[in-house]
Amino acid sequence: MKPFTYQRATSAPDAAAVAARTPGARFIAGGTNLLDLMKLEIEAPAHLIDLQDLRLDRIQRTDDGGLRIGATVTNSALAADPTVRRDYGVLARAIVAGASGQLRNKATTAGNLLQRTRCPYFYDTNMPCNKRLPGSGCAAIGGFSRQLGIIGTSDACIATYPGDMGQALRVLDAVVETVNALGDVRSIPIADFHRLWGDTPHIETNLQAGELITAVTLPKPIGGTHIYRKVRDRASYAFALVSVAAVIQPDGTGRLSVGGIAPKPWRVAAADDALPGGARAAAALLLAGSRPTEDNKFKVTLVERTLAGVLADAQAGKGS
Amino acid sequence: MHDDFAVSRRVVLASGAASAVAVGVPGSTADAANPAPQPMVAQVAITVNGTKHSIDVDTRTTLLDLLRERLQLTGTKKGCDHGQCGACTVIVDGQRINSCLSLAVMHAGNDVTTIEGLGMPGQLHPMQAAFVKHDGYQCGYCTPGQICSAVAVLNEMKAGAPSHVTADLTRKPRVTPEELRERMSGNICRCGAYANIAAAIADAAGQRA
Repeated sequence: MKPFTYQRATSAPDAAAVAARTPGARFIAGGTNLLDLMKLEIEAPAHLIDLQDLRLDRIQRTDDGGLRIGATVTNSALAADPTVRRDYGVLARAIVAGASGQLRNKATTAGNLLQRTRCPYFYDTNMPCNKRLPGSGCAAIGGFSRQLGIIGTSDACIATYPGDMGQALRVLDAVVETVNALGDVRSIPIADFHRLWGDTPHIETNLQAGELITAVTLPKPIGGTHIYRKVRDRASYAFALVSVAAVIQPDGTGRLSVGGIAPKPWRVAAADDALPGGARAAAALLLAGSRPTEDNKFKVTLVERTLAGVLADAQAGKGS
Repeated sequence: MHDDFAVSRRVVLASGAASAVAVGVPGSTADAANPAPQPMVAQVAITVNGTKHSIDVDTRTTLLDLLRERLQLTGTKKGCDHGQCGACTVIVDGQRINSCLSLAVMHAGNDVTTIEGLGMPGQLHPMQAAFVKHDGYQCGYCTPGQICSAVAVLNEMKAGAPSHVTADLTRKPRVTPEELRERMSGNICRCGAYANIAAAIADAAGQRA
């Protein structure tokens, strides 16, 4: 690990200001992803700004009947929150489908959105990777790509956004709240938060330099049956090959976001609209324009079948 | 607890207008024209197994390395050092975490319980006794992490926290073998002693109920 200086921020705008004026500064909350990458020197911040004293760890009702989730609320606390369990079941389900109990006790809401890909070539510093070292090439293209993306990828990068929680936030139309060095606040719809890789896979979100996430807000509950179905190589503690977050209404309409396949939580309006017509039609619209590799073309079929399972569960009333 | 935290923060943050914690740079042989990156040192006040410590650490020191290398509490094990195996699991302010994926400086003011703090020979914690009774190990390297994790799991269930296999999110989860297995998935046993580990935890859970 490279040496770094460390401080505890005393206010969110102050944290953003320090980050904006300090070369190589990074925010740290749970640290479960950042420290892992620092040990491998894939991340090498010169300065860490610890957010634990900012009191961003609260979950509160909003005036319009929604929920405001502080940036440093842990995954465990969020999944256990009674309101989340009752009104936003897909979010609780997605969180407990990810990582381990120990990691969820440290991992935070904002940190989870910012977690980096688990592409093995990103982690292997002996290999070229446009995300780790821009311009060095992509070893995943033509390499072992079973886990990697099938849609929204580019000729520079076929990695995926690996998270579960983000899929639920996408179907719930969450909004990311931020503050910058000047103290200006901004609301970013979750749909616009993550970027497609394009030619710049090292730029993963639309956050600006020093911009700090302070909270994630959810609109008021939308009812329906909440389901998170995750398909992976073992029953627990593994990243998704494919995952489906869905909220299905009694009339068959609904929303879905699919994980494990794209640079961001993958939701397509036309696919949502096609949900009453069944999994095949919706999956076809969701994956229109997909570019799977020989190794991961099974995901095209798996998305449709996982969605079929979700719709069957919803019909049978199996969900939260 | 809160008083400790206030004291420790004063100590940690007292060192300079910039409020950065780096308080000293040990001597180095790097030449001035091309200086090597210097280690940064900070002071951490932390309570481990009921004993207060105030220690100067390199900011890069993980909680795991603080416990093992500075406090000689070698019961907590380093397995993968990347948060994948669970051998380093300790309980911080009541929550189980991977001590390898957490910086010591971030735990100023915290209360840490390691396997040594749960119980010692002659006065074993019920979970330790259950692992002995059920032979819940082979080589034993993952065992301290398994036990710390299992103790915290039962507390999480008591508090009503849901898991991936909890059928009804709005109800308190029931202590079942399926629940215990799912909640222990962050602790890997290379020897594959899972059957006896599961039996030990179930037994300890029964003793509590």
